This record gives sequence, C-alpha cells and structure tokens, in this order.
Amino acid sequence: MNEEEQLMSEEEQLTTVREEATTATPSVVPVKKREALFSKKNVQTLRDPLDDTNPVTVQVLGICSALAVTVQMKPALIMALGVTFVVAFSNLIVSMLRRTIPTRIRIIVQLIIVAMLVTIVDQLLKAYMFDISKKLSVFVGLIITNCIVMGRLEAFALAQRPWPAFLDGIGNGLGYGLILLVVAFFRELFGAGTLFGFKVVPQWAYDMGYVNNGLMVLPPAALFVIGIYIWWQRSRNQKLINVS
Amino acid sequence: MKPIRTLVDTAKPHFHKGGRFEKLHPAFDALETFLFVPGHTTHNGVHIRDAMDLKRAMFTVIVALTPTLLFGMWNVGYQHYQAYGMQVSFVDNFLFGAQRVLPIVIVSYAVGLGVEFIFAILRGHQVSEGYLVTGMLIPLILPVTIPLWMVGLAAIFCTVLGKEIFGGTGMNFMNPALLARAFLFFAFPAYMTGDVWVDLTPEPGHALVDAYSGATSLVAFDTNWTDMPSAWRQFWGFEAGSIGETSTFACLLGALLLIGTGVGSWKIIVACCLGALGMGLLMNVLAPADIANHAMHTPAYYHLLMGGFAFGAVYMATDPVSAAHTERGKWIYGILIGVFTVVLRVFNPAYPEGVMLAILLMNVFAPLIDHVVVEQHIKTRSKRA
Repeated sequence: MNEEEQLMSEEEQLTTVREEATTATPSVVPVKKREALFSKKNVQTLRDPLDDTNPVTVQVLGICSALAVTVQMKPALIMALGVTFVVAFSNLIVSMLRRTIPTRIRIIVQLIIVAMLVTIVDQLLKAYMFDISKKLSVFVGLIITNCIVMGRLEAFALAQRPWPAFLDGIGNGLGYGLILLVVAFFRELFGAGTLFGFKVVPQWAYDMGYVNNGLMVLPPAALFVIGIYIWWQRSRNQKLINVS
Repeated sequence: MKPIRTLVDTAKPHFHKGGRFEKLHPAFDALETFLFVPGHTTHNGVHIRDAMDLKRAMFTVIVALTPTLLFGMWNVGYQHYQAYGMQVSFVDNFLFGAQRVLPIVIVSYAVGLGVEFIFAILRGHQVSEGYLVTGMLIPLILPVTIPLWMVGLAAIFCTVLGKEIFGGTGMNFMNPALLARAFLFFAFPAYMTGDVWVDLTPEPGHALVDAYSGATSLVAFDTNWTDMPSAWRQFWGFEAGSIGETSTFACLLGALLLIGTGVGSWKIIVACCLGALGMGLLMNVLAPADIANHAMHTPAYYHLLMGGFAFGAVYMATDPVSAAHTERGKWIYGILIGVFTVVLRVFNPAYPEGVMLAILLMNVFAPLIDHVVVEQHIKTRSKRA
C-alpha cells in the first residue's frame, strides 16, 4: 500500500496548504495543480485492479460470490455489473463525504451508503430482469458484505478525492467482473456446453461420446479455475511473485 | 543389452548441454535411467548408497499390483460371459478382459507420462518416477466400461492439479490416483455409478440372463445387506466392481510383498483394518433391531471384503508421500480411514465407495496428525527433563 500512503500524504499536504491559505492573508492564492481527468496516475488507478492488484486473485476478496454465481455467463455478467456499480458509486459518495464522516462511526455510514446502492441494484433487477434476479437470489443482497466494497472504501475512498475514488471503484468492479467472467466461461462451456445460453458444443460431439463435465457445475470447479488463473497470472506477472 | 547401450551412448551427446536436443534432456535422462542403472557415484563425504532408490520402490509397487491387474483382467471376462450365461475357458475369460483393460492402462500411462514429460522439459528438471505407480493405479480403480477420453482427462487432472502444481512427485498432499477417481466420480457420475461395472458388449446369439444384475456388493448392501454375494466370493473377488479391486485375495498377495520389502507400512494396513472392524462392530451394536436387513447389521468383517477397501488400504493408504509420517501418526491415520470408510458406506448411499473419500480426507489431515504427534512427544519429553 506504499502508493496509497504516498497519495494520502500528498493529500494531507494539499489540505494543509489550503488551511494555511484560508488562515493566511487572502492575497496569497494557493497554487493548485489541476490534474487531467485521465492522467497517468488515474489511468493506473483504473487499470491496476485488472491485473496487478486484482481484488479476487491477488487480494483474495469476494471469493464467496465468485464461487456461487459463476455457473453461467449471464448471471456472472449481471453480478459483475452490479458490483461495479455499487463499488464505484459508494466510493464516489464516501469520498465526497470523507471530511464530514466522523471516524468512529464511519463503518456504519459506509454500510448505509452501500446498502442503499445495493437496494437500488436489487430493485432494478427485480423490475427488469426477474429471472436473473431469481438466479442470483441472495447474492445480490450479499454485495453489502462483499469484502471488495468495504475494502475499497476503507483503503482508498476515505483518503482520496472523488474522481480517483470513482475510477478505483470502476477498476475494482471490472477486475472482479473479469475473474467472474473467466470462471463462468469455463464452467458454462464445460459444464453445460453453452455460452450465454447458446449451444456451443456441437451435437456431433455429443453423438461421438462427449459428456458435459458435472464437476464444473459444482462450486469446487470455480476454485480450480481461479487457482489455475492465479497460477497463470503469477507465472506471467513478475510483480506478483513475492506478494504474499 | 549391448545394442541398446550403444544406441543410448551415441544419442547421448545430442542431449547434453550444447547438443541439438538440449531442451529434451529430461526426457532422455528418464528413458536412460529407466533402461540402465544410473552411473552416479558418490562424491564429497561418505554416503551409504542403497540399491533401494525411488525407481526400485516404485517398481516394487508395480510388481505388487500385478496380482490385482491379472485377476482383474480375468474377472472382467468372467463377469461379461456370466452376464450372457456363457461358459468359456479360463483363457477366453482372460483374453476378453485383457482386450478391455489394456487400452485403459495404455491411455493412462501415455497421457500421464506425456504431462510429466512436458512439465519436466518446461521446468528443466528430471522426469521423476512418480507416475509409474499412479498410472497403474488409475485403471485398476475404474469401471471397465469407462470411455478412454475420460481416463485421459482424469490422468491430466491428477498429474497437473494433484502433483505438478505442488512441485511434482513427493510434494503432493493427496494420492493422485484417488484424485483422478474422485474427479471422474464427480465430473461424470453416470459413468462411475450404476450399471457400469460389467462390460455388456453384445454377444451374437446370446441374450442377457434373467438373473443378471449389474449392482456391486456396495449397492446391494445399502438396500439389503443379505443380498450381497457370500463373504467367500467377495474374498476371492468373483463379483462386479472396479477392474482391480474386487479380489481381497490378490490385494493380500500384494500386501505381503509390500510389507516384506518394507515399501508399504504394515502399521497403516493393520490400522485401517482395525478401524473398519471396530466401527463395523459398533454399527452392529447400534443397529435397529426391528429391521433385520438394515446396512448397519452387516457383519464387521464384510467391510474388509466388500468393494475396494482392501485395495485402498493396501495400495492407496500406504502411499508414503500422502500418508502420516510419524509412527504413532500412522496408527491414528489408518484407524480413522477405516472408521470413516464404514461411516460413509453405511450412512451415505449416495457415495457407495467410502474408501476413496475416507483416504482423501485423511490425506488432508495427515500433516495435522503428524504435527499433533510431534508436539505431544515434545511435551512428554520436556516434562520428563
């Protein structure tokens, strides 16, 4: 978390500069560099969670739902979008409120914000995608307890300005979604021979004796796939070799 | 011998550093040491070199497995012809079985060794002998009707996820062959349970006999234990089941060799039997008196003869890598395998073969058992000091 500490200290410096500015003579205007919307740092905030700091395979958060909703691609995609929405906007809101939230009750405040967003997702799904909502069942509600959400709020949003916090939320949501989709791809392909509900494995393969793999439908298969993904990721990405 | 030696010697330079096939050196080395005794000599310091290296130990297990393999081949033919009510000679039974079993053995070895060679070349280490035994165990614990591609898939799964991912032979914490079976059991349940135990290739001019039932004794036992074949038949193995596991007698022959050469631990084998017997007796005591054919009434010694218990206890539980290492730990490990086997068999009809799951479970617990035993030992010693 070196990078974040650095960011935090930068921000503290900024605030002290600003406080000095308000107390000092008004003629001194604080010199504040405006950061571009997609500066190098911001792009990195957005991109890192896809690989280097992936919430599922590197931080090992949100494993529970990764096992539960990845039997098919479609629920996995919806779940990924839901989590991305919740992480991004809770990051944004908490970041905007970060100066007014009293430290001692911050968890409760964060929970209320997250719960509100999750309720929005849940109601939207029930209204427009009832069958998916049925399939995801309790796991939409459980986004509240998804460690990724709380983790990003505590580790990032509370100490960052709204825009980077929002980007961080999007990035982590996408990083989570990436793993979900990869896992769901293999589980649906080998477990049911379909992708997004469309038949992919041709009939002649079944006629020749191919059989869908029943193990892939069971939760352990998600662990196997995630494990192999981590194996592949670490053999490719040198930065991750000594992380743990 | 001589022509092979010269052939190997002429090929050798190509595989050494700077040679044309340098990358394939592990594969060459594996073949050479398989054919000839390695020429390594001891340097620096005094060592005692025993003839008993890993290759020899693995080969002993293979030899110990041959009775079950040969009996299994004969039994496959016997079960097949019996289902059609045909009386054929011993040789015909054996030939039919060999025809069905050998492809499974070949696929298991070819695919598994292929994966091992690929990993050895990728990682630049030597091919280890670990797969020799696993490759033989896998066919012996599968039904004879299993499609060959499933055997190959299971071999890939168990070598990659059961062994290579942890660092290869000697690093696996579970028995790879059992892992292969568990994989198939959960992945393709329709091919691992039910009417799969007897090869029912149609025989022209013959129909299935009326009394034919494809159920193994483990399935019969859950509904009515008195329907099982007699204890004597189960001991010799004239019943349906996985290829190599039906005959307790063949397993006993293997056990004698394993114990005699010191490759397998007699403590684990005895402990497994004790655990199963003890739990079986406890079941008899607790069995409901009003249901005479309830599975809990099964005589305790039946559990040693039924299904793959003997095979599991002799060849799987004694796997020196995944078993407990401390002497006291071996007793605990074995007894718990026996206990869990009987518990799973009696109380969970969905998983007829409890041995597989019991051994895998205890494989996971083996390091913990060792830890507890060692800590306990330290405690008693420090008390005495």
